[in-house]
Amino acid sequence: MSAATVTAPAVAIAGVSHRFGDHRAVDHLNLTVQPGETLGLLGPNGAGKTTTIRLLNTLLPLQEGSIHVFGLDVRRQAMAVRRLLGYVPQQLSVEGTLSGRENVAWFARLFDVPRRERASRVAEVLEMVDLTDSADRLAATFSGGMVRRLELAQALVNRPALLVLDEPTVGLDPVARDSVWERVHRMQSDHGMTVLLTTHYMEEADTLCDHVALMHHGRLRALGRPAALKAELGPGATLEDVFRRHTGKRLDEDGDEKGGLRNVRNTRRTARRMG
Amino acid sequence: MSATPAAPPAEWVEPATDRDPRFLARQLASRIGTFCLVELQKLRHDRSELFTRMIQPVLWLVIFGETFNRIRAIPTGSVPYLDYLAPGIIAQSALFVSIFYGIQIIWERDAGVLTKLLVTPTPRAALVAGKAFAAGIRSLAQALAVIIVAALLGVGLTANPLKLLGTAALVVLGAAFFACLSVTIAGLVLKRERLMGIGQAITMPLFFASNALYPVNVMPTWLRIVSHANPLTYEVAGLRGLLIHQPTNLWLDFGVLLGTAIAGICGAASLLGRLAR
Repeated sequence: MSAATVTAPAVAIAGVSHRFGDHRAVDHLNLTVQPGETLGLLGPNGAGKTTTIRLLNTLLPLQEGSIHVFGLDVRRQAMAVRRLLGYVPQQLSVEGTLSGRENVAWFARLFDVPRRERASRVAEVLEMVDLTDSADRLAATFSGGMVRRLELAQALVNRPALLVLDEPTVGLDPVARDSVWERVHRMQSDHGMTVLLTTHYMEEADTLCDHVALMHHGRLRALGRPAALKAELGPGATLEDVFRRHTGKRLDEDGDEKGGLRNVRNTRRTARRMG
Repeated sequence: MSATPAAPPAEWVEPATDRDPRFLARQLASRIGTFCLVELQKLRHDRSELFTRMIQPVLWLVIFGETFNRIRAIPTGSVPYLDYLAPGIIAQSALFVSIFYGIQIIWERDAGVLTKLLVTPTPRAALVAGKAFAAGIRSLAQALAVIIVAALLGVGLTANPLKLLGTAALVVLGAAFFACLSVTIAGLVLKRERLMGIGQAITMPLFFASNALYPVNVMPTWLRIVSHANPLTYEVAGLRGLLIHQPTNLWLDFGVLLGTAIAGICGAASLLGRLAR
């Protein structure tokens, strides 16, 4: 990342559309995330949140429009973009036959963390997510909340400029959810990294995000500070009310037409992995 | 959440080295090393697979090998049949480990691990190469166990360290190719059950259409042609050359295995994107 790109927006999405066959998952999306802010991408299943994330993190090829991460073009500079990212996907995805420490060290190597710093960096992020005492246990023995924290450690070991969290609390109980958010919040405050998260828990977005972007049917329906969006509707309004106003529906209505079965499978698999 | 937006610190600034060939070569070596290390760590935590996978090769050596050694039905010249068979069983056991390696990729895909790996700064070819050589490491552990069993059965294997090193290289290269074949099939079928079916369907034909059990010159012409197109034949020939001093063209054997491994890596890497979607 050059000095010039440090002043660029953390994420600049311009005119992005993406199709899966006849289904338009993302439709002319324009969105900017400033460095250091936490932006929540909200919407029901099938709104286009995960597709947007997958376009941004180079998992899907960009069909239309452009995405820049700290000034780097995801289409032409995919490797450089990936170096700036920490990514926690929807599923609980650690290697159960490795210990917690080995799981994190694996990603430290893949992100080319220098050998002389590797052990201390791994220990540092494990400490950050309160897993130091369990670090040498097999990840298969971890609870769901611990697995999620381990994933956070994996995502943070390269000290990312942009932390991307795709439904990080889906399937977790309220205590585990609070524990995950507390750590994300602490790390964001301590290190000033930019956080882009997707969730369909409106109350979480309300508490955690500097800005929220409401997506529905692949389109951006509203963007702003949670307080400002709620204020437009008057006293006592919630983000759920904001969503209903912009889409005419509740968040839990009109589920995923495209990937519903896969999402259900993923959620069930997540539940199984958590025991 | 955050009070004031912050600019990324200087440590996020990284050199633009992604197109430098020396950097890419170092990165490839680093990724291969990483995946091999992870495979060794997995093996260290769960050795049960090593033991269960030993049953079949031991049966081949003890029952099939000993029996055919007595009846002398297969012409192997002055070499006892058990000695002739042992390198074939080493190659077979490496084949059985690697041909189902794609299942691991599908599992990683279903579990979301593959998605995370693809978001690391690892070119897809390097990721596949890492996985392929990790399969080689697992196969090598298996091959080592077969070599020990063969030695216990009295097979006269070489003790030359260089030749043993060459043996290890052949096993790893052969496993890398078959693991890539498996990942390629995984990229096409995308389902564990389908890959299991195809794996089972091709394993025995690959084994029987090679020189693992009998010399190529006793095969019917059509099978000889097939065996010459089968990388397993070159792996077995090379192993026999190194382990029991059978005449072979080691350059050809290594060349074919290296070439097929590289082609396999390219083929599997081109299909990795399908697994990521």
